[in-house]
Amino acid sequence: MANPLKCDLCAKPATVHLTQIVSNKVHKVDLCETCAQAKGVTDPSGFSLADLLLKASLNPDTPAPGGRCEQCGFTQSDFKKHGRFGCPTCYEAFKSVVEPMLDTMHKGTTHTGKIPQRALERKSIYDRLTKLELDLTEAIKSERYEDAARARDEISQVKQTVPPNPKSAR
Amino acid sequence: MTIASLIDSPSELTDAASSKTAIVLMTRIRLARNLSGTAFPGWAKPAQREEVLRICREAVAATSPMKRSLNITVGELSDLEKQILVERHLISRELSGAKGGAGVVISKDQAFSVMVNEEDHLRIQVLRSGFQLKKAWNAITELDSALEDHLDYAFTPTLGYLTACPTNLGTAMRASAMMHLPALVISNQMEKVVRAVNQLGMVVRGLFGEGSDASGSIFQISNQTTLGESEGEIIKRLHTVLQSIIEHELNAREKLLEADAGKLFDKVGRAFGILQNSHLLSSGEAMNLLSLIRLGIDLAVFPDASRSVIDRLFIEAQPGHLQHAQKGEFDPAQRDLLRAARLRSEFAHFVHPDFSFTTNGKN
Repeated sequence: MANPLKCDLCAKPATVHLTQIVSNKVHKVDLCETCAQAKGVTDPSGFSLADLLLKASLNPDTPAPGGRCEQCGFTQSDFKKHGRFGCPTCYEAFKSVVEPMLDTMHKGTTHTGKIPQRALERKSIYDRLTKLELDLTEAIKSERYEDAARARDEISQVKQTVPPNPKSAR
Repeated sequence: MTIASLIDSPSELTDAASSKTAIVLMTRIRLARNLSGTAFPGWAKPAQREEVLRICREAVAATSPMKRSLNITVGELSDLEKQILVERHLISRELSGAKGGAGVVISKDQAFSVMVNEEDHLRIQVLRSGFQLKKAWNAITELDSALEDHLDYAFTPTLGYLTACPTNLGTAMRASAMMHLPALVISNQMEKVVRAVNQLGMVVRGLFGEGSDASGSIFQISNQTTLGESEGEIIKRLHTVLQSIIEHELNAREKLLEADAGKLFDKVGRAFGILQNSHLLSSGEAMNLLSLIRLGIDLAVFPDASRSVIDRLFIEAQPGHLQHAQKGEFDPAQRDLLRAARLRSEFAHFVHPDFSFTTNGKN
């Protein structure tokens, strides 16, 4: 006989099989009696499949590859415990965990909404300045004075387009 | 502005002049934003939280909607003040329970509030009375763009605004409407509505958000997903869903009147009698009675002008507001006495119900 379905939240045999269609996507969840009760599956007003799917995908029984966010030291098991990430960089560090989750959680997997245009422009200018300043120091160090002069001119040019200093908690 | 003067000034919700719509009491949009390169509040060290709090409070206070705002840390608020702000939907329960390094900036008219270090660094919110999704969006995106000039948001082109919880990624927007749906409740159709709304990718919650009950037949309907659609598309979809819920509620009212008008008017009349004469009222019961009076107003049993009184009482009957009005702290049993007394005096001068020309419901 085929393996009986196991509960997505604990490992007990699943007796409640739920299929919900949210925005034309089929979501399936298998639960045992106890978890179904605890999650309020029987009470449609207090029940959100998205939350459940998130928790199910965080099931501690599924083996997790190691991994740590360089920026904040957050680990994958921290994510399993809290269901929240440690810092914005975690999305890069745990890409392989996030990506499969998004499809069931959201309507699509790519952002199509508002873009912080001014902030992004400002960031690209700062990134460029940082690079030029590095070039300048290097050029001076290795006595490439023509390159140094070029970098210096470019820096003053870029600086003229710079908006007021942004604040960030770094 | 101080917390004391804020509490005593009319809010977007309690303002007597602002109630115009019958079924949608209030529209609300919130955006989650985070600072790039900085740990989310739940993972940040206390010193980092303090730093984020300082930077964000300063940036928020500098925007034009926040001129002469209330700018305060959670630690500076008393338990009662926190409760009042929760009842006005200006802060969340989660923020009111924050231990340290959290705060809120609230505009003078109480239409905007920005929570700092709740689940995300910033939770920007706008409240509008009535059904005004478009206006609310225009107001909030303007405030958000103004903040963008001072703060570096965490954002990537594919995932959009990065949030502590992946369920908020993308637009990081939750748009919602608070709806008064007494006829759908009376005719036991809410379960069906909740199921249908869920299938359309929207969520139904009680008056005070997640886990709260729907006393007073008031429900919050909001979008569930945030990634893969633009803000405009989400709002348009929500608008369509809300419109169809309004139609269902109006149909349900008509059906109730057709089937047994006497039974429905009996409920309204009895609610009026209890509000005029009772001596013990829990907040749940008070909400349900007020809800029936509000339905009576929509059915022309009471004049339209009374609707704003009821909407004010919905808030004033809450435990925090009640205790503030009585200038003290009281246990639940004492509060039930005070609440009944408050409502008795309010309803002593209320226009009496007139059941004579209520042949059909009006919206």
